[in-house]
Amino acid sequence: MNTSLKLQILHLLHENSTISHETIATMLNIDTETASRLIEQMEREKIILRYSTVINWDKVESQRVTAVIDVKVTPQREVGFDAIAERIYRFPEVTSVSLMSGAYDLQVVVEGYHLKEVARFVSEKLSTIEHVTGTTTHFKLKTYKFDGVIFDDREDDQRLVIAP
Amino acid sequence: MSLYDRLSPAVKNIPSSGIRRFFDLANQMEDVISLGVGEPDFVTPWHVREASVDALERGFTSYTSNKGLPELRAAIADYLQDFHLNYNSEEEIVVTVGGSEAIDIALRTLLTPGDEVLIPEPSYVSYRPCTILAGGTPVGVPTYAEDEFRLTPEHLRARITPQSKVLILCFPNNPTGAVMTEEDLRAIAEVAIEHDLFVISDEIYAELTYEGRHASIAAIPGMRERTVVISGMSKAFAMTGWRIGYAAAPADILNLMLKIHQYTILCAPVMGQMAALEALRNGSAEKQKMVDKYNQRRRMIVKGFRDMGLACHEPKGAFYAFPDIRSTGLTSEEFAERLLQHSRVAVVPGSVFGEGGEGFIRCSYATSVEQIQKALERIGDFVKTLSL
Repeated sequence: MNTSLKLQILHLLHENSTISHETIATMLNIDTETASRLIEQMEREKIILRYSTVINWDKVESQRVTAVIDVKVTPQREVGFDAIAERIYRFPEVTSVSLMSGAYDLQVVVEGYHLKEVARFVSEKLSTIEHVTGTTTHFKLKTYKFDGVIFDDREDDQRLVIAP
Repeated sequence: MSLYDRLSPAVKNIPSSGIRRFFDLANQMEDVISLGVGEPDFVTPWHVREASVDALERGFTSYTSNKGLPELRAAIADYLQDFHLNYNSEEEIVVTVGGSEAIDIALRTLLTPGDEVLIPEPSYVSYRPCTILAGGTPVGVPTYAEDEFRLTPEHLRARITPQSKVLILCFPNNPTGAVMTEEDLRAIAEVAIEHDLFVISDEIYAELTYEGRHASIAAIPGMRERTVVISGMSKAFAMTGWRIGYAAAPADILNLMLKIHQYTILCAPVMGQMAALEALRNGSAEKQKMVDKYNQRRRMIVKGFRDMGLACHEPKGAFYAFPDIRSTGLTSEEFAERLLQHSRVAVVPGSVFGEGGEGFIRCSYATSVEQIQKALERIGDFVKTLSL
């Protein structure tokens, strides 16, 4: 029962991380102490890692550049892809690293303030890492939807103010 | 007599909706948070919209059979079985232009001039006018906060006369959020059978039942033969604008309803019917997500009203809370109007929903959590100014 409750809490927090424990408790018909206890437990277990906000950076930082890089690597004995992934994710400009199935192995997302900055990172840092055998860099041009949120401004409430 | 004086007195005498005035007021104001909307805030799920677009692209633009697409009627018949209702999709179901049309053609089929129609109130605003237009006389049957706005056999009996012919049930209820349990319905069924009443059961909010499962009066022995079940896609599937509803009734009743439908409407729009088919076949997961969200908001809004000192019975269905504002000393219309002007929150005064609605306001929680929170803060501040 706690598992489904935890899931429901996570969905509410994922939608709005500023929601209070009290409101969560009311919405799920539990007491506030239970909500707080479960949330703290999930923080300890690193299920909840951070309370974050979805921001449309395009509206504030026009210079921001995001690159999605497909990286091919030769996996190492014993540690497979993990050691190489770690060497990559330690760079602060790398915002995410995932192991993929298919034509390449690691998907690396890099953010910078200039095309050249990102290009330099790829050629000087990423490509030179041992066991990295190839990279393909894609620059992100526009975000339409991210993490379930549509970035378009059109989605206003179309309903009449009052209806029977 | 001038030209326009000769327009139908029956229509002219129908009072204009009390909601209208509020709509005009609220519509002129900026930054209004509306809890006044009687429809889902969700947009129709994309797979449903996509199916309709696909149907258009494939050229589904013609009339359908009067009763509606056979596949859709079959899907409706399947769906109704979830509520222990067994209807033959060939003979006993008609697809209508929203639940509204179904209400109209059911009343016109069941009534002869002078018949009385029992309408538990507070209730949705169109039963009275539709009754009058069908030549009947509406008779309100009050329901009370003490009974959680359920209809009781005692109050029903008190309004029955030899002219009583039809009972309209709308549970889960707009505006009170009341639901009737199977046991509640059995007691009502007994009265209906005893007085040989027809029942129109408007179950448009059936899916929005938050404790247990919706019970239909037509599933109670002896009731199917005298009941017209009305429902539709609008509320559960967030499809209000598509205008797809349906009625299910024994063939003897349905065939007469069909006559009106075929001469006035011909058929419900085909793209809406295609969308409804997709929703019934593949929409239950999305529907459940929406129901879960309504339920969370329901608990939040009820607690919000109680925390600010307003009594609020627990609405177990639909998406309305119906708090009691009598403690403020204002009529529901005064309350709603001042709340709108002082605090820019739109609600609907209970008085527009008929007898027993006075002293309450209808607040729809079919809006985002953030909006509900803001609205509750504003209403709370407003209520504080009243008790000073």
